[in-house]
Amino acid sequence: VAHAGRTVGRLGEGDWDGKVSEIKKKIKSILPGTSCDLLPDTSHLPPEHSDVVIVGGGVLGLSVAYWLKKLESRRGGIRVLVVEQDYTYSQASTGLSVGGICQQFSLPENIQLSLFSASFLRNINEYLAVTSAPPLDLRFNPSGYLLLASEKDAAAMESNVKVQKQEGAKVCLMSPDQLRNKFPWINTEGVALASYGMENEGWFDPWCLLQGLRQKVESMGVFFCQGEVTRFVSSSQRMLTTDDEMVILKRIHEVHVKMDHSLEYQPVECAIVINAAGAWSAQIAALAGIGKGPPGTLQGTKLPVEPRKRYVYVWHCPQGPGLETPLVADTSGAYFRREGLGSNYLGGRSPTEEEEPDPANLEVDHDFFQEKVWPHLALRVPAFETLKVQTAWAGYYDYNTFDQNGVVGPHPLVVNMYFATGFSGHGLQQAPGVGRAVAEMILEGSFQTIDLSPFLFNRFYLGEKTQENNIM
Amino acid sequence: MAAPWLSLRLVAPMWNGTRGIHRLGGAVVPEGNQKKERTILQFLTNHFYDVEALRGYLLQREMSKVHMKNRSFTWLEEQHGPYSAGAFFILKQGGAVKFRDKEWIRPDKYGHFSPEFWNFREVPIEAVDASDCEINYEGLDNLLLLKELQSLSLQRCPHVDDWCLSRLYPLADSLQELSLAGCPHVSERGLACLHHLQNLRRLDISDLPAVSNPGLTQILVEEMLPNCKVVGVDWAEGLKLGPEEQPQDTASPVLA
Repeated sequence: VAHAGRTVGRLGEGDWDGKVSEIKKKIKSILPGTSCDLLPDTSHLPPEHSDVVIVGGGVLGLSVAYWLKKLESRRGGIRVLVVEQDYTYSQASTGLSVGGICQQFSLPENIQLSLFSASFLRNINEYLAVTSAPPLDLRFNPSGYLLLASEKDAAAMESNVKVQKQEGAKVCLMSPDQLRNKFPWINTEGVALASYGMENEGWFDPWCLLQGLRQKVESMGVFFCQGEVTRFVSSSQRMLTTDDEMVILKRIHEVHVKMDHSLEYQPVECAIVINAAGAWSAQIAALAGIGKGPPGTLQGTKLPVEPRKRYVYVWHCPQGPGLETPLVADTSGAYFRREGLGSNYLGGRSPTEEEEPDPANLEVDHDFFQEKVWPHLALRVPAFETLKVQTAWAGYYDYNTFDQNGVVGPHPLVVNMYFATGFSGHGLQQAPGVGRAVAEMILEGSFQTIDLSPFLFNRFYLGEKTQENNIM
Repeated sequence: MAAPWLSLRLVAPMWNGTRGIHRLGGAVVPEGNQKKERTILQFLTNHFYDVEALRGYLLQREMSKVHMKNRSFTWLEEQHGPYSAGAFFILKQGGAVKFRDKEWIRPDKYGHFSPEFWNFREVPIEAVDASDCEINYEGLDNLLLLKELQSLSLQRCPHVDDWCLSRLYPLADSLQELSLAGCPHVSERGLACLHHLQNLRRLDISDLPAVSNPGLTQILVEEMLPNCKVVGVDWAEGLKLGPEEQPQDTASPVLA
């Protein structure tokens, strides 16, 4: 008998049937078509090797994945894995976002990013075309943004509009008289100047963009995995700078992805890690050792991105502003826009530093609307004195406490971790541009189309703020 | 204008499937055939990379044809003036133009048109009929050269969508008549940005399949543009089917 490992057993005829059944069992287990216990089933785990691991499957992570696959010089050249901890996207900022896009920023880079994103969304059925899938309907409302400024902000608004016009945004300034003419439902008390975006501004459905990116990116061959990143295995190297100072450069070799509801994890060997984890980016950065060092040094500079909770309320107002209403941002920071055809509006307001709600959960505080949002809205639009709140939700901003602008590009010490996070409420509208910038940084080594050097990580250590004045 | 080869029916059914997805072009194939062809095509696409790649290539080709049609003619403006440049663009697309105090200039069925408009340097264009033309957002660059346009007809244009409507505000001073009937991608969100066109006197928004609630939309648009006569859906249409209003403006072409 040629089967090794079987005991010799009793020679003789008494055990013949037993032997036959043993042989039959062995043959059955080796023949194809039956479950083979030789190899364990790992179909639910991510692959063991991947060139790029993107931590975070929201709109920024998927945008980076899309542009990496689009700009690679050889088809199938880059293996990308997207790790997302929650496939329902129940807490992801993308799905809970108001979905606005506007070019009215003070920083030229932000304006350029927004302009590119507008043209991306306009041609979305060319960029994200998948054969035999229906075209995407973004439900874009091109109604524009109307920003109101009081006396003290009027000069800043004028200079901002000049920069915006230079970059190619179609924005115009309006005096209070012109405002009253165009939008008779506005009360212009306290408004000195307003800026109105005429083209490429408005709001759209962020879910559609997410689904469109997801299906396109899957068709391009990107792997997805639902799991949580728990550990980075990295190696360090001591190097000397030109001034003979010692720096320790780290390189991440493995990402440990832990599966949901189990202790099982898969070490994914990778070359590049992208931190697009939104509100949770700081935790991922801490796992990689960013910020572990004496404060005031480059090793000790943490990623200053933290989750901030923001509320959005939907109300019904029967005599409210008409179909032409843009997204109006008041001098007090309160904003609102129309929702649909049926006199529904949605809006909110960013709380001041003292009023910041606790970001531990996404519970909605309705008193905040009563006390802090409604009075400003009712002052600005008298029709809003009678309204009825229908529903409300809360979402996270990945808030950059340093200067409220995004962090893009590699970390100076952990050389293969790239950031694409911290956009403090305008990540959705800048996602296509930022994704392309990060992909260019990885594939070409520098920013090719839009230069996002003001958004690099170094500025946190050097203390240079790229402040954005126009956030909501 | 539908591509000439469509009427010849010499092309294989694959064209229908590719076009059917993105509705480029206007020919109609009977519903049953379309469905059967689509499922066979679907099956082949899901199982063969070659079929998928070929379909992707054909789709890209369709899109690049539209881009080619909408390339910029603004360089003609220095030599011949904005009106002739805009007229050339429209005539090449298959539309018709009317200069002030002149007759309508239309291309014939072979796409040829008379070159007399090159001489009309200073004569502004009053009316443009771009029905069934493949104008898209980029092509509007050329249309916006015509600063004194009074009547614009974009009926059944397959690529005019909400983004394009947001670009029409430079014509606000002169535009008095606009027709968007039958455009498949125009929805109530694009109609909202027509409020810039305060001189508009006649707006046709009938037969817009992408508008979710035509009756309510008409009421809201009428509120938005108080001086304009909005021709569209009769908001009592659920009760009876009335005939669509005949155009009173004899200068514009007869609406199909």
